[in-house]
Amino acid sequence: MLSENRKLSDPSAFRSLDWFTVVLYLLLVFAGVLSIYAASYDFDHASIFAFTEFSGKQLRWIGLSLILGLVILLSDYRIYETYAYPLYIFMMVLLAVTAVIAPDIKGSHSWLKLGPVSLQPAEFAKCATALALAKLFNSYNFKLKSPASYAKAIGMILLPIVLIICERETGSALAYLALFFVLYREGMSGMVLLAALAAVVIFVVSVKYTDPSFAGMLKGEFIVSVLIMLTSTLMAGLYARSLEVMRNVGLLFLASIGLMFACESLGWALPWQWIFVAEIVGVAVYFIIMALRDHLTKLFVCAIFALGSLGFSFSVNAVFDHMAAHQQNRILVSLGIKADPRGAGYNVNQSMIAIGSGGLTGKGFLNGTQTKLKYVPEQHTDFIFCTIGEEQGFVGTSTVILLFLALILRIMTLAERQPSTFVRVYAYCVASILIFHLCINVGMVIGLCPVIGIPLPFFSYGGSSLWGFTILLFILLRLDSARKQFRS
Amino acid sequence: MRKDYNLEKRRYVIGGFIVLIVAIYLIRLFSLQVADDKYKTFAENNAFLRKVQFPSRGLMYDRNGELVVYNQPAYDVMMIPKDIKGLDTLDFCHTLGITREQFDSRMADIKKAAGYSVYTPQRFMAHLSARDYGRLQEKLYRYPGFFTQKRILRQYNYLAAANVLGNIREVNPRDLEKDDEGYYRQGDYIGDLGVERSYEKYLRGDKGVEILMRDAYGRIQGRYEDGAYDEAPHSGRNLTLSLDIKLQEFAESLMVNKIGAIVAIEPKTGEILCMVSSPTYDPTLLVGRERGKNYLKLTSPDNIDHPMFDRALMGAYPPGSTFKPGQALILLQEGIINLTTPYPCSHGYINGGLRVGCHGHGSPIAVKPALQTSCNAFFCWGFKNMIDRRSKYGSSAKAFEVWKNHLVSLGYGYPLGVDLPGESRGFIPNSNTYNKVYGEGRWSANTIISVSIGQGEILATPLQMANVCATIANRGHFITPHAVKAIQDTVMPAEYLTERRPDIDERWFREVAEGMRMAVTGGTCRLANLPDIEVAGKTGTAQNPHGKDHSAFIGFAPYDDPQIAVAVYVENGGFGATYGVPIGSLVIERYLTGKIRPERQYIKDNMLNSSTKQFRVIRKPKT
Repeated sequence: MLSENRKLSDPSAFRSLDWFTVVLYLLLVFAGVLSIYAASYDFDHASIFAFTEFSGKQLRWIGLSLILGLVILLSDYRIYETYAYPLYIFMMVLLAVTAVIAPDIKGSHSWLKLGPVSLQPAEFAKCATALALAKLFNSYNFKLKSPASYAKAIGMILLPIVLIICERETGSALAYLALFFVLYREGMSGMVLLAALAAVVIFVVSVKYTDPSFAGMLKGEFIVSVLIMLTSTLMAGLYARSLEVMRNVGLLFLASIGLMFACESLGWALPWQWIFVAEIVGVAVYFIIMALRDHLTKLFVCAIFALGSLGFSFSVNAVFDHMAAHQQNRILVSLGIKADPRGAGYNVNQSMIAIGSGGLTGKGFLNGTQTKLKYVPEQHTDFIFCTIGEEQGFVGTSTVILLFLALILRIMTLAERQPSTFVRVYAYCVASILIFHLCINVGMVIGLCPVIGIPLPFFSYGGSSLWGFTILLFILLRLDSARKQFRS
Repeated sequence: MRKDYNLEKRRYVIGGFIVLIVAIYLIRLFSLQVADDKYKTFAENNAFLRKVQFPSRGLMYDRNGELVVYNQPAYDVMMIPKDIKGLDTLDFCHTLGITREQFDSRMADIKKAAGYSVYTPQRFMAHLSARDYGRLQEKLYRYPGFFTQKRILRQYNYLAAANVLGNIREVNPRDLEKDDEGYYRQGDYIGDLGVERSYEKYLRGDKGVEILMRDAYGRIQGRYEDGAYDEAPHSGRNLTLSLDIKLQEFAESLMVNKIGAIVAIEPKTGEILCMVSSPTYDPTLLVGRERGKNYLKLTSPDNIDHPMFDRALMGAYPPGSTFKPGQALILLQEGIINLTTPYPCSHGYINGGLRVGCHGHGSPIAVKPALQTSCNAFFCWGFKNMIDRRSKYGSSAKAFEVWKNHLVSLGYGYPLGVDLPGESRGFIPNSNTYNKVYGEGRWSANTIISVSIGQGEILATPLQMANVCATIANRGHFITPHAVKAIQDTVMPAEYLTERRPDIDERWFREVAEGMRMAVTGGTCRLANLPDIEVAGKTGTAQNPHGKDHSAFIGFAPYDDPQIAVAVYVENGGFGATYGVPIGSLVIERYLTGKIRPERQYIKDNMLNSSTKQFRVIRKPKT
């Protein structure tokens, strides 16, 4: 038994190791430390290796990460599935404890001080949650069908979110939402994601376009109405596969929109907002009738979507009014509704200036003025992407983004080649978390997303984040390298 | 192992999603970084503090190389209100030598001023002396938010020629509006009056810039690229004035306690050798911290001296008999008279019930003796013969236009174009002027006879009188008078190098010059008859409806090779011979010989010790 164990964790793990991923990882990490060096470079600077500098400290973290990665690669691949639940439970307890005992650091209670280092358990809990979720899906006869199975999976994702929100780290908590991608891959209806997307789009449009300039209704109301009509029509055809229904509904909507423009140009004012609402409700009723007639259950879903969207669009402003002022502000600023270059928009404004001033090829390593002169706050952590943008230009930013894209797609490829559900689900967890971090972090820095404080994986300064992502990735590499040992 | 191929396809949805997001982000990055330039400007505005380096203003030398105007550094105490932290006010006041009350009131004034902002530099105190500056500089680190800025103050080696030199002042909003080149910023200095104003573009130089890097907290982090993009300031160009500053000083001293002007021109070049306006003022009054107060005092309507009114080029006076040489030129040119044409003078011009008085001399009289004796009757007859000669001109009005055009060609009636601001045009009426007063065709020579002897409507500036004198000295041409002889590294504008020719033949100038010579040797200006210098001249006694006559003189010397042409005008000075001739001859003597002969010292002393101010008639300024 002992000898077999040795055999499994011996250099054969390296022979079947996915070196492509390892190389991407190393490229990102070292590009990261150079960026941190550049971001924290001062005119009376010290060497890149000096441990007092952020870059020096980060190098130390990187060294420890590599050792950690090696240890994981040399470990027994079976321990991860075996100990997934205990590890998950341990991490959840740790999150709860942290929320209670952690000191207040800039309003956040997420840091545990262990001697000279401070760690953020939330970063490590991602890995534990991913493993637990993977184990859940791999358990005997588990299928994401029954309400019980949904409850288990969703509960497993929501628990750390709740705990981390208790730590006042909303940004980190939101990252766990990425795991819903995994649920989708494993069978959850795409309608959930579509509904979520529709909700976000409706929210943004309703909040952003509030100028009353269109046929007696708000511009946002018009756009939302048209979007609901368009989506309902397409869903009827593509999802419920009833071309007849799609044709009828599509023609109705087209005719009504055309009529509206005609009336507007003739100067006839009609209450179009309510006409559209009535029309959508009418179409939903039509969906239900057709569903009953043709036994097309999916048309029910279309009806629910249409009515739900309508209801949601009515409640958006109510929801928005219930948000905290600073959250409202962040949303308004990031949607470009509110110009506030000295207040909430300061970070985003300065980071866009930093990136925008980089041009095609950038100002050159260590030549960025925005970052050197500390105009961009948090420039070595959440806003590290600015330094790349300013000093390496569009060439640098696109390279980094494409490296991330390559890594994510590679991980998805790894996932799909797994014989084991456990490893596949785990791999999708890793990919989803990376997708979320990339989208939110870069989106925030270039002014496309609200400011949510989450790090750019492998780049942002900080041991917890680097270690968290390293562990996440190397466990996957370890599991992948042992894929032939998994019995299907 | 269960495999669900339907679900496996979902990887394309997830993959497609991330590819779509990445594509959106790349497009966004492209538009931010490559397509849009504005962020570059924003970043530069953020990071670069462009600190202006003020150039040194050009110096002024006189024609003999004497340094007249130079610079002395002064330091303004500046502050950026938002950066002031924990100021020990008492210590600060002590260092600057001001009281706590002065500090508080200054602060209150700054806050009330237009354009106040806590983010921008405000001037706390202007023109710190070198000693105070040294003391402050030592302690400056203790007063965050305060800094010093080097400025330049003008200094004067001679307390003379204030009216020519002008001065500098801070730019006002109107200057900034007119500044198309965008050179000036609030707080900059600009030339005001005189050469300082008219040669501002040469004197001011080019500002330099030092590009400093400033961090998000406003702290300076050093020079950008070690100063690779800095621009050094270029000093303004030095000027060589045409003035002889010693002559100017001498001439000013002669005018003490008198009101009026002296203008001396080098005929060959049009260079102004001295230009006195009296009463004048001390140019240092308009330097430094007290400038504003002194300026108000000098320009106050209660200051009956009006010292800032440059009488030499702004004062328009009746030229009186100094007008006669010009008259002679026109009459000769128009063929109204020849050299021997006699006109009677029976102690005056008596015609058509009109009488213009004259003094005792032989009668009838020809043109040169008429100049020699300054015969009024001769010039009245000549004028009448010209203006009323309908056979030649068709009408009095047409004849008058011809007459007027000759005067304009001699430099009367319009600004000459001197290189100093504020030049007056004097006044020469045209036929319309009289048509309006008397009606068309309802006036003739006798109606307006007084203009023939430089009275009536005729007005000329001392500069114009001197210029006519220089034209006669040159026997028929002049160069536009100018106060600057040379600009460093630049050629003078062409207008100060080209001759202008009045439309009168040179031979008539020679004759008129001879008449003026006769006036000195045996006529009205005998006091100017120097033993070793041949002077030619013409007196003028201008009647003045407001009081005692004005005393005037124009003259040039040496007769055969004129080096100087001078015009003197002393308000309420009485006869031309009383003040005009002595002062004019002293200026000529002093310029040509560098001294005053012992036997003429008494004339100088007389002038230094005499006063005409008691005859001044104070007129209320127009309101």
